[in-house]
Amino acid sequence: MIPAAALRDAGLAALVALGLFAPLVGLRTDVSPTGGLFLRTRWADVAIVCGIVFLGRLVLSLWLGQRGLRPSTGPGPWTARLERAGAFVAPVLLGLAVVLPFIPGIGRYELDIGILVLTYVMLGWGLNIVVGLAGLLDLGYVAFYAIGAYSYALLAQYFGLSFWVCLPLAGILAAFWGVLLGFPVLRLRGDYLAIVTLAFGEIIRVVLINWVGLTGGPNGIGGIPRPSFFGLPFSMEGGPGTFAGFFGLEPSPTHRVIFLYYLILGLALLTNWVTIRLRRQPLGRAWEALREDEIACRALGINVTTTKLSAFALGAMFGGFAGAFFATRQAFVSPESFTFIESAIILAIVVLGGLGSQVGVAIAALVMIGGFELFRDLDEWRMLVFGGAMVAIMVLRPRGLVGTRTPTVALGKKRAISGDLVSEGHG
Amino acid sequence: MSAEQSPLLELDAVSAGYGPVQALSAVSIRVMPGEIVTLIGANGAGKSTLLMTICGDPKPRSGRVLLAGTDIAGLPTHAIMRQGLAQSPEGRRVFPRMTIRENLLMGAETLAEGGDRSAQLDQVFTLFPRLRERLAQRAGTLSGGEQQMLAIGRALMSRPRLLLLDEPSLGLAPLVVRQIFGAIRDLNGKTGLTVLLVEQNANLALRLAHRGYVLVNGRIAMEGTGAELLARPEVRDAYLGGGAPLPPPLPADGPNPA
Ligand SMILES: Nc1ncnc2c1ncn2[C@@H]1O[C@H](COP(=O)(O)OP(=O)(O)OP(=O)(O)O)[C@@H](O)[C@H]1O
Ligand SMILES: [Mg+2]
Repeated sequence: MIPAAALRDAGLAALVALGLFAPLVGLRTDVSPTGGLFLRTRWADVAIVCGIVFLGRLVLSLWLGQRGLRPSTGPGPWTARLERAGAFVAPVLLGLAVVLPFIPGIGRYELDIGILVLTYVMLGWGLNIVVGLAGLLDLGYVAFYAIGAYSYALLAQYFGLSFWVCLPLAGILAAFWGVLLGFPVLRLRGDYLAIVTLAFGEIIRVVLINWVGLTGGPNGIGGIPRPSFFGLPFSMEGGPGTFAGFFGLEPSPTHRVIFLYYLILGLALLTNWVTIRLRRQPLGRAWEALREDEIACRALGINVTTTKLSAFALGAMFGGFAGAFFATRQAFVSPESFTFIESAIILAIVVLGGLGSQVGVAIAALVMIGGFELFRDLDEWRMLVFGGAMVAIMVLRPRGLVGTRTPTVALGKKRAISGDLVSEGHG
Repeated sequence: MSAEQSPLLELDAVSAGYGPVQALSAVSIRVMPGEIVTLIGANGAGKSTLLMTICGDPKPRSGRVLLAGTDIAGLPTHAIMRQGLAQSPEGRRVFPRMTIRENLLMGAETLAEGGDRSAQLDQVFTLFPRLRERLAQRAGTLSGGEQQMLAIGRALMSRPRLLLLDEPSLGLAPLVVRQIFGAIRDLNGKTGLTVLLVEQNANLALRLAHRGYVLVNGRIAMEGTGAELLARPEVRDAYLGGGAPLPPPLPADGPNPA
């Protein structure tokens, strides 16, 4: 790009930045010593931000020349490399995940992050069934997470049921609600479906807040029993009836954390295994076909109703499992944990992972949740980093990190094509 | 096709539409076992609607749809498609991101439990050998003609008694159209498959079909054997480019077919 044009371009970008940041950064309400609110202006900060944008844009357009930023979904070197890498990325990630608790230097904090990441991997894989495979845009997935968590919390509180009994119950209850949500939205597509599922997520949260008698309202439910090792509790006292005592180990609080880590790893792998299995079966194929073309599905005699409901139910069930796990891990649940932003993060993981790709979802969860923890010191700025990273990925790889899908049935060598060779299937 | 044979498909005064739009008004047609019947008509005449109504989407507002004598009009679409009919819908509608094999297997969803899928696959490959070579390729990367072959092959996977084809020649080169029509004729000749064919290419369709119907504004205007309809001046005028306003002639001095 010729310098004059680049300057003009950068000036425009700075102008847009000014429009955005003048109110966002420039004006700030603070509490004055007398208790009232007053407006503090921070024009210097605005100038700095606009200057950064101006310079950044200038460098970008001069450096990249006329080409500008070109999105790459085609089978460029980057895709080919990813594909080759993909073959061993999955086993390596899995191997790492399995041995993580025993790697020297991995302490409680790292394990906690591991548990968090795996929870989102599981949620991402669960939502992937609905969004990635069946093509149904669900913005209220967190509702099923909440239903799972509260199912366990309430069943434990009122009936004294143990985690291992409640885990399947939580999944079944969530699946039941998935079907219940599925019925009214069967005829909806795309944006309408998104809005209704969004509302559903909020309704569940609002009910949890307001049904104080049952759920404790905003105060949540505490004292949720911790899981036992198939009946052996984790206890600091040791003794014959406990996990440490039974295995002749020194009692340690890490045991429970390691156990929780393997529990969520197992649950996530279960989700993955079921998804991969189903993709090779008629039901999984029907989900994908539904995502590609609903009318063709009807013409082929697919029962679109049951196919959609099964996707909702199965996705919801895994959300419910994850919710029960969340409850037992935290020992406390409140509606605050199930806000819309959770749905958005899970959806972002699925989309960034490249709709439908299992490894992609795992990597996206690792990058997003792990990265989020990594940048904890940046405080509010990490939201900016997070947003920026998302924009960058969507600009550079509009089909997600792993934007290809390996055929579920192939004869001989598997061939993958990149997403842009085919038009987007609309549901 | 003797008169005493009972029709495989019979529409008896079927009306259908979408909301305020009345697309079909009291349409009656019959398709005998082993026949190729074609339905021709202008854009928007209701041809696709007729095929879709047979499949129960939209449902007929009145009238009966009889498949081998039983009324299927009230059944849900997925149940109708299990009664031995299959449709290759307008615009092909293959599943672009799924492989050829997956696409074909989707067509076998309604194949009875224990039905032999690989035998069905073989039958499709005999008809369209080109699909066999591309089994693991994404359907979205196939050429238009190959996609049409796939769409027909997919419909055949369920071993239908009656095949509904909506504009299989859409957007294809004449040579490919002839290939596809040849395949339809083969299927009908060798396996006795009954075909109801909707076409814009009236000339070819009427030559291929045993009988035809002309649909005008949602009503059957004419019926007869392919040869009869081809000979009718109204048909020639309206659908074979006979007296229809032609595009301005190209620079060369071709004689005006009118
Ligand atoms: N889904 C729909 N909703 C509302 N109206 C529709 C719908 N589908 C078709 N129609 C209307 O019904 C009438 C018949 O349409 P149809 O698609 O059956 O015509 P066609 O004979 O197949 O035309 P073509 O040769 O262009 O495919 C048209 O007036 C059309 O606008
Ligand atoms: Mg049509």
